[in-house]
Amino acid sequence: MTLQLENVTKRFGDFTAVDDLTLTVGEGTMYGFLGANGAGKTTTFRMILGLLNANEGKITWNNKKITYATSPEIGYLPEERGLYPKMKVEDQLIFLGQLRGMSKADAKSELKKWLERMEIPHYANKKVEELSKGNQQKIQVIASLMHNPRLLILDEPFSGLDPVNVEMLKKAILEFRNQGATIVFSSHRMDHVEELCEQLSIIDKGKQIVSGTLRDVKRSFGKQNVRIKSDNDLTLLDSIAGVTSVHKSIEGAVYQVESELVADALLTEALKAGPIRHFAIEEPSLQDIFIEKVGKEHA
Amino acid sequence: MREFWIIFKQAFSTKAKTKSFIITTAIMIAAIFLFSNLSKIIDTVQSVTGGGDSEETLQVIDTSGVLADRLNGQFSANETGITVELSDQSEQALTKKVKEGDIDSFLTLALDDTKTIQANYTTMSAIDFNLPRVIQDALQSIQTELKAEGLSLSGEQVQTLFSPIQFEQKNVSLSAKSEEELNQARVLVYVLMFVIYIAVILYSSMIATEVATEKSSRVMEILISSVSPVKHMFAKVLGIGSLGLAQIVLYGIAGFIAMKTASTDIPGGFTDFFSFSDISTGTLVYAVIFFLLGYFLYATLAALLGSLVSRTEDVQQMIMPMTMLIVAAFIIAMTGLGDPELGYLQIASYIPFFAPLVMFLRVGMLDLPLWEPLLSIAIMLVTIFLLGWFGARVYRGGVLMYGPSRSLKDIKKAIQLGKE
Repeated sequence: MTLQLENVTKRFGDFTAVDDLTLTVGEGTMYGFLGANGAGKTTTFRMILGLLNANEGKITWNNKKITYATSPEIGYLPEERGLYPKMKVEDQLIFLGQLRGMSKADAKSELKKWLERMEIPHYANKKVEELSKGNQQKIQVIASLMHNPRLLILDEPFSGLDPVNVEMLKKAILEFRNQGATIVFSSHRMDHVEELCEQLSIIDKGKQIVSGTLRDVKRSFGKQNVRIKSDNDLTLLDSIAGVTSVHKSIEGAVYQVESELVADALLTEALKAGPIRHFAIEEPSLQDIFIEKVGKEHA
Repeated sequence: MREFWIIFKQAFSTKAKTKSFIITTAIMIAAIFLFSNLSKIIDTVQSVTGGGDSEETLQVIDTSGVLADRLNGQFSANETGITVELSDQSEQALTKKVKEGDIDSFLTLALDDTKTIQANYTTMSAIDFNLPRVIQDALQSIQTELKAEGLSLSGEQVQTLFSPIQFEQKNVSLSAKSEEELNQARVLVYVLMFVIYIAVILYSSMIATEVATEKSSRVMEILISSVSPVKHMFAKVLGIGSLGLAQIVLYGIAGFIAMKTASTDIPGGFTDFFSFSDISTGTLVYAVIFFLLGYFLYATLAALLGSLVSRTEDVQQMIMPMTMLIVAAFIIAMTGLGDPELGYLQIASYIPFFAPLVMFLRVGMLDLPLWEPLLSIAIMLVTIFLLGWFGARVYRGGVLMYGPSRSLKDIKKAIQLGKE
């Protein structure tokens, strides 16, 4: 069960929201979809869900077009809360579960299981508007997972959750992946993407500017980080050729370098100034890549 | 089709379960019972507080010596419950008593040379309209008798003198009902027209609000990713429509029971006025048909408009033009209650947005040939179909549209988005 987007383009009048997007998400894969606000993430999701039609290219799930017949296989978590504020949690989940093809009895037993798993069984008879934002998000998560979908579209799933609940949700999503579900999720939180996704894309203004596996993305970025902790004055190191940027902190500094050769030069210079407590060559973080790639476009 | 019924059920039951709905329905039913038993209640209250036409004694000073007796006889013959009590006190003494509140009123009677009765009624009460009238009527007939005796006319002769003329109105217009029928129909049509008007306005704005709420709470995105917007829209319209119909039927049943149980012994009371036994079932059937058509016509329009706004606060503003249409229809129909044969009513009864009320008025008040209401119904059905088709196109894009949209120009934008 593979989700495939081939050369998908979506225009609204003169405005191109998504430009020639191609991606493949295989079974049991979690795909990170990154982009600044207004980059075209939600539009892409809406096209995958069939709410909007692409102007060019095609989107297939399991080699078939996605239609309303497919909807029981899809779980969708929208970016903003999509629940009836005045409906009781239980009624609401039964209603949404039924819409995704569940029988009433199935929906009832599943929602019970999920509420317990999310540690909120006592909210079953409360109205959604009476719950806190985090708990509403949990209900929303249950609504998108309870019918055991094979394709999960998660738009900012972790927003509004505290760290404990983020872990709880991560565990649930990973379980789905291990059972072979295909998962696409978007996030502003690079650390979550780094932790969860095997593959990712960064899109900016509708264009895909980076894509591939996490390792490939990092490797092809070329640059590395050198972290040095020292009590001595390291200002001399800033001017070494090949250092592209410097972030100073109380304990020392992080240097972004073009190659490992530059790292050697840094180490030699630093030792000249005196003893150092820590020296490490690190992979670039996704955050660095994102800021560099997207930030540059905006600059 | 499965999803259709799920949404239909959801629209019906969540609304039916809300406190406000249950309370409004309960209050309305209570009001119906209260209203239909109003005359009974007033009677009960009056008999408890001792007001109304209970036994009364009237102090009379009679200088003629014959009038008081005859007046007493007249009172008891008319069952007025008033007894005459001859007073031996002077007029001044009685006036003083009235002023001091010992007695309510007194009457002085005299006969002049031409045997004409001279009566003076003295009272402190400014609001006593009934008693003087009763006394005057009684005295009038006594005078007639006295004069007739003076002219040596027999009772029969007097009767022929006062026999009423035969006056009957006949309308030769083909479509007109008899005056009596028309009056009866007028009340019924007025009540039903009002019900249709209120129900259509209420339930169609409910639809618009529902759709806007779903949009603003973003449930819509989830809904339309499992169900096509068109299906969603029609399920919603039907769901709320059934709710409305159920509520009206409930009121109808309550009204029927209230009528049956209400006191029917008071002539000229409420129940007499609304004698349901005389109502042609045809009018009721038409009322249901025109309510449903009117509702679907306006509800489809409301769903379309509701899909354009993204905040519930903007709903009222958006559906304003639609509300105006219903109000206009109502006003046009109201002007026709007096004369349902006016020319413009005939035209208005074929204009889809006015037809539910105006055609109902005409069909309820006049004996129209069957093709007239049928043509009007057909026109409405076609309009509903067209609106549904057009509404679905707007709806498809409208539900995805967010932002400050509160004008009808957004319809174009929505259709564009719906196509994409």
